[in-house]
Amino acid sequence: MSILVSSKINGDDLEFVCEPDETLLDALRDRVGLTGVKEGCGTGDCGACTITLDGALVCSCLVLGAEAQDRSIETVEGMADGDKLHPLQQKFLEHAALQCGICTPGFLVAAKSLLEKNPDPTEEEVRYALAGNLCRCTGYDKIVRAVLDAAKQMRKA
Amino acid sequence: MGKDTLISDRVFKSVGTRPLRPDGIDKVTGRARYGADYNMPGQLHGCILRSPHAHASIKSIDTTRAEKLKGVKAVVTRKDFKAKDVDPALLTTLDNCMAGKTAFYDGHAVAAVAAIDAKTARRALKLIKVEYKVLKHVTDVDEAVQPKAPLIDKKCFTKGVEPTPEKASNIASRSEFGHGNVEEGFAAADIVIEKNYRTGQSHQGYIEPHACVASYSPDGTAEMWVCTQGHFDFRSQCAGILGMDVAKLRVTSSEIGGGFGGKTHLWIEPVTLALSRKANRPVKLVMSRDEVFRASGPTSATSIDIKMGVTKDGTITAALAELRYTSGPYAGSWAQLGAMTSFACYDLQHVKTIGLEVLVNRPKTTAYRAPSAPMAAFAVESMIDELAARIDMPAIDLRIKNAAKEGTRSSYGPVYGPIGIGPTLEAAKNHPHMKAKTGPNQSRGMACGFWFNFGGQSCTDLNINPDGSATLTFGTIDVGGARASMALVVAEELGIPYEQVKAVIADTGSLGHNDMTDGSRGTFASSMSAINSCRSAIAELRKRAAEIWDIDIENVTWQDGEARAGGDAGLEPLTLANLAQSADKTGGPIAGHSQIVADGAGVSFATHICDVEVDPETGQTSVVRYTVIQDAGKAVHPTYVEGQFQGGAAQGIGWALNEEYIYGDDGRLQNPGFLDYRIPVCSDLPMIDTQILEIPNPNHPYGVRGVGETSIVPPLAAIGNAISNAIGVRMTQVPMSPPRILAALNTKQ
Repeated sequence: MSILVSSKINGDDLEFVCEPDETLLDALRDRVGLTGVKEGCGTGDCGACTITLDGALVCSCLVLGAEAQDRSIETVEGMADGDKLHPLQQKFLEHAALQCGICTPGFLVAAKSLLEKNPDPTEEEVRYALAGNLCRCTGYDKIVRAVLDAAKQMRKA
Repeated sequence: MGKDTLISDRVFKSVGTRPLRPDGIDKVTGRARYGADYNMPGQLHGCILRSPHAHASIKSIDTTRAEKLKGVKAVVTRKDFKAKDVDPALLTTLDNCMAGKTAFYDGHAVAAVAAIDAKTARRALKLIKVEYKVLKHVTDVDEAVQPKAPLIDKKCFTKGVEPTPEKASNIASRSEFGHGNVEEGFAAADIVIEKNYRTGQSHQGYIEPHACVASYSPDGTAEMWVCTQGHFDFRSQCAGILGMDVAKLRVTSSEIGGGFGGKTHLWIEPVTLALSRKANRPVKLVMSRDEVFRASGPTSATSIDIKMGVTKDGTITAALAELRYTSGPYAGSWAQLGAMTSFACYDLQHVKTIGLEVLVNRPKTTAYRAPSAPMAAFAVESMIDELAARIDMPAIDLRIKNAAKEGTRSSYGPVYGPIGIGPTLEAAKNHPHMKAKTGPNQSRGMACGFWFNFGGQSCTDLNINPDGSATLTFGTIDVGGARASMALVVAEELGIPYEQVKAVIADTGSLGHNDMTDGSRGTFASSMSAINSCRSAIAELRKRAAEIWDIDIENVTWQDGEARAGGDAGLEPLTLANLAQSADKTGGPIAGHSQIVADGAGVSFATHICDVEVDPETGQTSVVRYTVIQDAGKAVHPTYVEGQFQGGAAQGIGWALNEEYIYGDDGRLQNPGFLDYRIPVCSDLPMIDTQILEIPNPNHPYGVRGVGETSIVPPLAAIGNAISNAIGVRMTQVPMSPPRILAALNTKQ
């Protein structure tokens, strides 16, 4: 028995059908076509599937698709404004904060959420805010620098 | 191969700059397509049934009920791989992807299903009845070499021993390296130390699980989309397992979400093809994280006996090591690599290393970044520190005094050309980090590391487009800036802006064979081939210009993106765009091709420094400062070189402190997930400082060396030395987790 779910995804009112036991991650990837949301573990340990649900940062592999009814979802696909990248996206490129790039969507969504709450984080605050997102390529150095640099630029804007 | 005179004096315009990567925007916006992000029309969902036993005979497999389940389109077992089809050289590869008569480890594949959706496929797996006869198992490396250990392979008679033993054992092979006479060397020593070191089994831990989509057509051709470090090798091997002509299988490499060696081996790919062949539909198969840990990847667990001697004035007189490496249930060459790399940093008169390849009931050992070198370096570099302490000499000075140099005969045979071990040590000695004060409960450690680097087969095409822009088609994958590096090299060689070059990774139908991206060969080998392609295209461009000007080609030079005529005829230069636009009148499209075996990958050395803080109450270690100094040869894109240094260091730190496969008495893996197999997170690490040394590799036109792997070699020992210095007890086992550190502290009290 499938369920019809209506939600706002990256600002658009969308409907999708999913199974009652289907994760929001699978629904976003397989039903809505947002493959920027990645599955690294399926158990909430890696953060590659990070999205915001009504502004709250969540692992979409731990949420059911049906729970998205009447709620607002933001994914990495909604970060850029047309061809204008979000400052975090731009700084990730400038600092080479990605190597393979599979964790990048999750980091960007988590970092955006951090900067909305705390526009002027310390290095330590950035490190703890991003501790739920695993990166195996970079050693995090360039990611932290990119987030601090983006925060600085966004404060000036 | 055209060599430039005096590489070290060459002034580069593009190479060495730090432009944005061309594939970057796709990767920060979610557009980039990885292994699991691709779908084919009508595709089925594949799933694999795995052994719950560490070691068991497979008596029978009954798939009848699964096949009858509505929505199931194919079930395959080993029977679906016909023996007559399989290239004998690939039998163990197939056996690892789909078990035959025996399941050799917890997680070994025994059957697979393709169904209309994931739920049906998973339900079908539960309907497959496998009758096992559980056998005695062994997972520990030192237990496996005991005479009475359960045998993994009854036909395993140790190779490399003369005469071949008559009794089977779990030692698949013995290899030996070295020179001189170690007994003579130990006799000349003032201090001799012997010790055993052990390292746990770690996993590459790439965030993207293995994934592929395969479509096998009734006409006998097939295509595959897959995350891999080597789509050409995957093509050859899959074709060899399924009994296909290589030309009939076309493989496209997706973006790759990390590999670190773990995506150089086949796992699910032949199984997915077999499912597709049987179901007559495309099949997508994606591993779960649990499967990634239980059935793919890991590196060797090791036990290493070391003996070294030193004189009071700091000359290492002899070095001896026996290195035992687990290989999983199939023979590999992991211990051999450990034996070759262990003493490679040093100039030794008497050295001998013995590698023993040990079969155990663990997943097949797979390459992991400088495979086998970090464990050997942990043992050797820990002992160097101990020797230094015994003769009251700073550990860095002992290393500098005994460092290998140009002309040194390496412990594994070859004589070194220009190398970077001495310069990285001198740079470390002069680095501010080495002179900084440490805080309470903090201490410093250092270690060196070596990796061979590899060249291999590469093939590239350079096409000059009608507007004068250039497209490079190459066949190694982009795991962290390869497209940017290749575009920089082409821009340099053609003398055009970076932005006018597009570097494209070819599928296997569009370019000649390329070896996989391993051995730090991607940038080294593909750039060498790309430069060749450019030079071939430039020869053609000069020819076209000579024809247009009606002068001899010898009088045409190529400089800064244009053909220039020699002499005083006053001919205006012809730009790349001019020549491209007139190509239709001068002989058609302009292109350059290259096919090479990229010999001469320069060896690589690194020195790492780290400060740790150990909590004496909990045994918890924090890394508070970390510095990587490594010889890169010419750094093509320095930012991505730094990234390789930092990433390797972080992986090594995780291995040193936390990461380890934990097996229960039942031989089952107890921590197959990121919660219990904990890789470093952002809050675990400090900034990782880097210093790139550029000692040109004389065998590459620009002096490039591989840079990807060496950075994981020193951290285990650097952290071990720092912790040992902090707590006053020598740590001999990796990972140095809090319980082990507390146990070490207890021995002190």
